[in-house]
Amino acid sequence: MNEKKFSKQHEWVSTDGEVATVGITKHAVEMLGDIVFVELPKKGKNVEKEGQAGVVESTKAASDIYSPIAGEVTEVNQSIVDDPAAVNKDPEGNAWFFKIKIKNKSDIDILMSKADYEKFAKENPN
Amino acid sequence: METQKTALYDYHKSLGAKFVPFAGYEMPIQYSTGIVEEHRFTRSKAGLFDVSHMGQLHAEGKFGLASALEKIIPANLKGIKLNQSKYSFLTNTIGGIYDDLIVTKVEKGFNIILNAACKNNDFKIIKNALGDKFRLTLHKNLSLIAVQGPKSSEILEKIVNKVSSLKFMNGSNFYYRNENIYITRSGYTGEDGFEISLPNNIVEDFTKKLITEGAKPIGLGARDTLRLEAGLCLYGHDINESTNPIEANLEWTISKIRREEGGFPGYDKIKSDMNGGLSRLRVGIKPEGKIIAREKTKIFSLDNQEIGSVTSGTFGPSVNRSIAMGYVKYNFSKVGTKILLEVRGKKHEAKVSELPFYKKSYAR
Repeated sequence: MNEKKFSKQHEWVSTDGEVATVGITKHAVEMLGDIVFVELPKKGKNVEKEGQAGVVESTKAASDIYSPIAGEVTEVNQSIVDDPAAVNKDPEGNAWFFKIKIKNKSDIDILMSKADYEKFAKENPN
Repeated sequence: METQKTALYDYHKSLGAKFVPFAGYEMPIQYSTGIVEEHRFTRSKAGLFDVSHMGQLHAEGKFGLASALEKIIPANLKGIKLNQSKYSFLTNTIGGIYDDLIVTKVEKGFNIILNAACKNNDFKIIKNALGDKFRLTLHKNLSLIAVQGPKSSEILEKIVNKVSSLKFMNGSNFYYRNENIYITRSGYTGEDGFEISLPNNIVEDFTKKLITEGAKPIGLGARDTLRLEAGLCLYGHDINESTNPIEANLEWTISKIRREEGGFPGYDKIKSDMNGGLSRLRVGIKPEGKIIAREKTKIFSLDNQEIGSVTSGTFGPSVNRSIAMGYVKYNFSKVGTKILLEVRGKKHEAKVSELPFYKKSYAR
């Protein structure tokens, strides 16, 4: 797998050939607090770049999850639907959200590096 | 209007609080461990809450004060015992609720605890009803803190001698560092606990002592999940100026004599609702699965008629499930009735449930 790339909506993407794995960042999880509900897209769904692709709810509020890249959803992580608190424990590892068949490679290229994202997150704490 | 801070603001900051604006105040929503952990700590040990944003009103006067207050509050204030507290309301002409409050009979009059967002308007309403005959003070120099949970009595007893002998919904004067403080055995979590009214200049010292003895600071986030599990109403959400106490399933707060004699704003409407005129009722709701039904979620019958809406909804950490409260048409208010909740355009199954979701353990 390649190094993770990051979006301004606080999602991360890692690519493995044609397929990208998408999740939400540690920073996002810290902002959200305790996660109590996760809704994921259906397998086979075509999502648009920056299109809505799921929902997470914390004890405080509901937030939409956007897909940083366009493509067809090939797999979703049912384990975080069954145990939403797992997202708090390992957001950038086991608690990935969905996998997507990449439509346009350029979607990935414009995302931020880890260093750039960390700087962005610091400057945009909310 | 500039945002206000409680006397404990800097102390909260030093404890790692995240703040949110709430009713004109900067208040801690949570500390570093997060809402679920704070919630569980309160249920298993003792949580400490700064509720100094709430209004602390004192009404003083010798003759006729209880009668004057009864004209705007539907509690039996003439029959209340010294140091006894009652949960009640300021009602409006249609029986709706201007605010919910706790009124306690004290030696020279009554103490009334009001919601932060309502307190200035409440003051006007009460002042208007009492006229110039009675002295009315909305205290600026007093803080209010709550310690809640099964260990709260043991912890507070180490700081305030004999406080553990207080009974639920009763208060008394105590001393701390030669200052008079007033403590009631009450709260908003469904746990045994105390609410402590004390001068701003000693509140930080007192709070630090509670923490040293084992209490942990809890923010507004967990306060909300705790009160919802306990089936308690949040003003401005579950009750407001257009909901009356009967619809809100709070008929128990109005004593027999007041139900029969009335004499408070909106009595006609309240009386008619008590006598079979009720069109809707506040109920508990248990959604199927993990879906969270937030405030304003529309409620439907199984045959897709809109029958009400949710007023509060969250995940309840101690009941480990999604919970909500809301108003439904009276015909659908029976416990066990199947209903549908519309969340993000999709309808989800749910059931009308008993309240509270979490069984209370008060010291009677």
